[in-house]
Amino acid sequence: MSNVPADLKYTKSHEWVRALPDGTLEIGISDHAQHALGDLVFVEVPEAGRVLAADEACAVVESVKAASDVYAPLAGTVTLGNPQLTGEPQAVNSDPYGSGWLFRLKPAAGALAAAALLSAAEYQKFLDAEAG
Amino acid sequence: MAFIPHTGADVAAMLSSIGAGSIEELFDEIPATLRTRALAGIPEALNEMQIGRLMSERARADGTLLNFIGAGAYEHHIPAAVWAITTRGEFYSAYTPYQAEASQGTLQLIYEFQSMMTRLTAMDVANASMYDGASATAEASLMAVRANRRSKSARILVPQTLHPHYRRVAVNTAHNQGLRFEELPYEPAGGLTAAAALERYEGEDVTALLIQQPNFFGRLEEVDALTDWAHAHGALVIAVVNPIALALLKPPGQWGRRGADIAVGEGQPLGVPLSSGGPYLGFMTARMEHVRQMPGRIVGRTLDVAGKEGFTLTLQAREQHIRRAKATSNICTNQGLLMTAATIYLSLMGPQGLARTAAACHARTRELIGALTRVPGVRLGFAGPCFHEAVLLLDRPVAPLLKALSARGIAAGLDLAPYYPELGHALLVCATEMRTQADIEHYRASLSEVMQAARAA
Repeated sequence: MSNVPADLKYTKSHEWVRALPDGTLEIGISDHAQHALGDLVFVEVPEAGRVLAADEACAVVESVKAASDVYAPLAGTVTLGNPQLTGEPQAVNSDPYGSGWLFRLKPAAGALAAAALLSAAEYQKFLDAEAG
Repeated sequence: MAFIPHTGADVAAMLSSIGAGSIEELFDEIPATLRTRALAGIPEALNEMQIGRLMSERARADGTLLNFIGAGAYEHHIPAAVWAITTRGEFYSAYTPYQAEASQGTLQLIYEFQSMMTRLTAMDVANASMYDGASATAEASLMAVRANRRSKSARILVPQTLHPHYRRVAVNTAHNQGLRFEELPYEPAGGLTAAAALERYEGEDVTALLIQQPNFFGRLEEVDALTDWAHAHGALVIAVVNPIALALLKPPGQWGRRGADIAVGEGQPLGVPLSSGGPYLGFMTARMEHVRQMPGRIVGRTLDVAGKEGFTLTLQAREQHIRRAKATSNICTNQGLLMTAATIYLSLMGPQGLARTAAACHARTRELIGALTRVPGVRLGFAGPCFHEAVLLLDRPVAPLLKALSARGIAAGLDLAPYYPELGHALLVCATEMRTQADIEHYRASLSEVMQAARAA
């Protein structure tokens, strides 16, 4: 049973979204996703200033088995890629909702309203249906 | 298919078991407009004995010309041991087996190849080879766009002194993936990429600069200055190098203050014979920070569960068998057999043997230039240091002279008119360690005669 914190929003491609006090969003991959990928050996995060469209592939999480894309949950401009992950990709495994965050995004005007993000309960239901 | 073993009875049995009345009926769902009819210009089939006879007649007609052509493929001495070992059953396959780690010998050999190529280029990592020098250049351009994440332009600067075929292959391979190749002119006196050509890119976003050393004209580019310019402008440097020349020249890893980022080249000079243009092999090395953007297979050395040394494919997560359509490239170990020959060649020659070969090539080429420029109507195209090729400028069209020399058994060089019409009657010549002083004198005397005859006509 994977950990799905109630205060975050989610996507069907297993990203999570946290609203920060300054109006930017912090984005990472869910506990379910990190578990499915296995031990990560390399994480590539987007550079600050990069403008992302919704659903654009913008980060890569690489385990010994596979390299997988991470998609932008909504349109916006990257304000910071997590600099810690270059040296410690395993933070995504050990603390996916904390120090393992991937990047921060300033949402484009109206992008947050337009994005069909899932609540924790909806994401949990989605995971159950996928497993079932 | 070399040999189709089915008899008429076999074909009939197969058709009847799938319920088709004839071959025609089997394929009748393919619209007639899409079917290939009889091909024009294809002669009647010959049997094995007839074809053997025909081919040996054709081979005799080819003859063996005294070769002074380089231009990307070079005639070097190949020790007999190279192909005697390469064609042993244990090595005689182009591919890495599907269960790669079951073939430790193959993987160890690839690992040795990678180690030698990193030593030769002074770079950190190498892959298990590419198709050829031209496609390796194209792949390096794609890799540079992935690796240079600060650059958004996908703009690759390509000196016109880079091999014309390499330029065409790079554009063909990568232009549909959004890469823009912009050509840099050379300065006409020295045949080198002009520093002035870079000035117009001041303040512009450039993803990478390609530098061929020695360049297509055989001249030595100012690699340190070019490399430092590129790095100062946020561009990566892709070196295109001749592996034999590296025994004498500064390796790409030491160009400028930071060294090149990626080095590629044609591996044919390392033990692979000239055979009508191929198969050859490419090589690619890079700085460690770019290893995850490197296409192709990489073999690593590791320890097994019992603590014994072993070899394994590594960094495969972005390759085609895992990432499918999103893979970094479709390259595998297609040229494995030629890579095997190159590895054995390098191990037999050693650093000293390679350096002596390179020095002999250079010495012979200087003798060749000296001899040919004594012929009236012939002068050196570009003054300054070269490796084992040079451009000569003639006082009349090159093509008829090459034809006359070919009739005398001499492959006298490459006519540059189709590639560099602005140079006029330009001829690219090469001498490797295979050419003797007598060969060079024979070429000089023959050229003198055919030019005299042309003048008289």
